[in-house]
Amino acid sequence: MTAVRFADVAVGTELPEQRYRITRADLVRYAGASGDFNPIHWNERVATEVGLPGVIAHGMFTMALAGRAVTDWAGDPAALVEYQVRFGRPVVVPDDDEGAELTVRGTVAALLEDGRVRVDLAVGSAGEKVLSLARAVVRLA
Amino acid sequence: MALDRELVGRSYPPSAVYEVGRAKIAEFATAIGDPSPVHRDPEAARAAGHPDVIAPPTFAIAVSLEAAMVVLDDPDVAIDYGRVVHGEQRFAHHRPIRAGDRLVATTTIDAARTVAGNDLLTARVDLATEDGEPVCTATSMLVARA
Repeated sequence: MTAVRFADVAVGTELPEQRYRITRADLVRYAGASGDFNPIHWNERVATEVGLPGVIAHGMFTMALAGRAVTDWAGDPAALVEYQVRFGRPVVVPDDDEGAELTVRGTVAALLEDGRVRVDLAVGSAGEKVLSLARAVVRLA
Repeated sequence: MALDRELVGRSYPPSAVYEVGRAKIAEFATAIGDPSPVHRDPEAARAAGHPDVIAPPTFAIAVSLEAAMVVLDDPDVAIDYGRVVHGEQRFAHHRPIRAGDRLVATTTIDAARTVAGNDLLTARVDLATEDGEPVCTATSMLVARA
């Protein structure tokens, strides 16, 4: 693992931009792994009946992918000590092989005590911001 | 129906024990596309200083959201489950969740308010081991739309 070191970052340091593709199959797999079987995440009929444009990704799946952008950068999944998001807009996942694309950008927003830094995340899909107030506190080596 | 502010601070009895399994952690890591060996290989996890494989940071939701449902089952909490969406989520990890953990969830209502007809309810789930070691605090804000 190539760990980022506290000494190497400053306020404004940018994390590598990550792009994640989300297909319907990914949503089914996430439903099984997480235990969240809400049909709006796999059933077009139910999703449109409740007024959604179509099947949407689990907010927690989007949060998990955005978290990967942080833990991959830190080089250690245990480094993420605090993590919060607000679910702003749903990520609509079309019924095709392409699915949806999630773009995750992160910036070091503050240097904290004990080798910790706060990373602010910008998470979008189809040109819209999907998470707001997305922040992670990461403990670096 | 407006949420009663008196609900704030209400705590529910601890959940049944959730035993964290290696296979469940690996399944979750695969579902979120995380290839790290510390989620799958006990040797790799030990080399990284953990007693066993560790869960990805958002794995806690698989335990905490189920536990938080105790709030929606409370007859005093007059919100319609069918209208509930996940508004916000926060995790504070005291240490990574790991295979072999026997976790108990204790749920508390941190906030309850009604804004423009939408009911906003914040449930804090404290995950600890059976022996009382704090592991993770998972806070979910649920929104029941008007």
